[in-house]
Amino acid sequence: MPEIEETKLPGVGVRHEFTTAAGERVAVLTHRSGRREIAIYDRRDPDACHTVLHLDSDDTRSLTELLGGSQVSEVIGAVQQQVEGIAIDWITLTSGGSTIADGQLRTRTGASVVAVLRDGATIAAPGPEVQLLAGDVVVAVGTPEGLDQLRALLAP
Amino acid sequence: MTVAAASGDAALAFIEIGAVALVLAFLARVASRLGITAIPFFLLAGLAVGEGGVAPLDISADFIALVAEIGVLLLLLTLGLEYTADELRHGLRTGLVPGAVDAVTNFTPGFVVGLVLGWEVPAAVLLGGATWVSSSGIVAKVLSDLDRLGNRETPTILNLLVIEDLAMAVFLPLAAALATGRDAAATATTVAIALAAVLVILAVAMRFGDRLSALLEPGTDEALLLAVFGLTLLVAGLAQQLEVSAAIGAFVVGLALSGPVQHRAGALTGPLRDLFAAVFFLFFGFQIRPGDLVGALVPALVLLALGGAGKVVTGRMAAARAGVARPGQWRAGTTLVARGEFSVVIAALGATLVDADDLAAVAAAFVLLTALVGPIAAKRAGTVRASAVP
Repeated sequence: MPEIEETKLPGVGVRHEFTTAAGERVAVLTHRSGRREIAIYDRRDPDACHTVLHLDSDDTRSLTELLGGSQVSEVIGAVQQQVEGIAIDWITLTSGGSTIADGQLRTRTGASVVAVLRDGATIAAPGPEVQLLAGDVVVAVGTPEGLDQLRALLAP
Repeated sequence: MTVAAASGDAALAFIEIGAVALVLAFLARVASRLGITAIPFFLLAGLAVGEGGVAPLDISADFIALVAEIGVLLLLLTLGLEYTADELRHGLRTGLVPGAVDAVTNFTPGFVVGLVLGWEVPAAVLLGGATWVSSSGIVAKVLSDLDRLGNRETPTILNLLVIEDLAMAVFLPLAAALATGRDAAATATTVAIALAAVLVILAVAMRFGDRLSALLEPGTDEALLLAVFGLTLLVAGLAQQLEVSAAIGAFVVGLALSGPVQHRAGALTGPLRDLFAAVFFLFFGFQIRPGDLVGALVPALVLLALGGAGKVVTGRMAAARAGVARPGQWRAGTTLVARGEFSVVIAALGATLVDADDLAAVAAAFVLLTALVGPIAAKRAGTVRASAVP
């Protein structure tokens, strides 16, 4: 995968850019409002963009679907950009058996399970009744301390 | 105001305010069609309804003045809300050198022209301030209209705006103190008090900003809007009591809010700001005698040349430091030429000075010219191809 460069744009949002295998420079600009722009840089003037595509959040979702990305990473991306002091963690379960509700995970740690990855499939936004199995990867969002506590519970 | 008691007067006031608002709405649409901000048009509209204008209004000047003052506070509140604490820190780390060049090359023209015109030093300082700061509103609009947010020079431009924003936190109270000071000793005292107060307010805002934001977070939009509005006026009033200038108080409230509350407050106060700020620009134009504006044209043209060149030099230098090639350097320089809301706010601080009328006229003419020329220059700079630039 090409290296992705991040640039902060004060008052606007954040810009990520990379060079495609064919040598084209592409940037994705995420506005604070969630609006996005995809910019393709000019070969003759690499500081300027020759094409800019404007996407609202629905367009972004459609494009993500078309490009084969999963909804989960979309959600995570949004969360990472919007909330300071909130972290995301991937926790691989060493033992399973209980449901999310049984474990009282959110009550005890403050962290929420936003997805469960199992055998290559994704359970997005799992309900409290979802049973967790050993080997599942739990994607959780919370404060760094909450995530540490959650890790201690799920993968002691 | 006894609007409720005298319903006949109220009816007349409503008709006048309504008509003026509709004219402003029309002007805002024209400006947007032309791809520039409506501020210069609002100033001209103010000129038309002011004394000696084509359609003088009967509404009490006190009423308009108060609304205009609130407009300034909301303008500064939203400016303070624009950047996160992180962005301010980052801007300070990376942008000090370009920021200093910016200050020197763009403050000097206004200051010197003010002195050459034979004004008092405080008035010249205020004109220097007016020529110093670019309009973050116009710059942001130009960048987004011309699809340049992805460009390599854009972060340097935005960082310069952040630095100017921070510099204003110190400059505004200093300038306000200078403008109110009588003799040298009194001025020194007010300046010292102003600086100390700003540092204290900033420190408190930074220290307790998170807690304040957390406190405001849970309520409804209605509650948040009222809380932010109330807080802004309250802090601004207290700052004014300390002779620090109400504007800086409002600005600091914006700086202090952080996290999700910052974005929500920005979205909620935006429309309110547009309404009140329009009155402020109108009122600023309202106080200028049309004759003064004609007389101010020559100094304003000189300032356009000097201040325009200053911004181009600054922008090119900052972009070059970021490794941007010549076409991008020109784009950065020309984008920064436009002055706007901040310049008018600074000039308005001098309302009590002997040279207030001239200062207002020159500042208004200068803002008019740069706000028109800046976006056009920025657009033209984009058509220059890499090969065409030596």
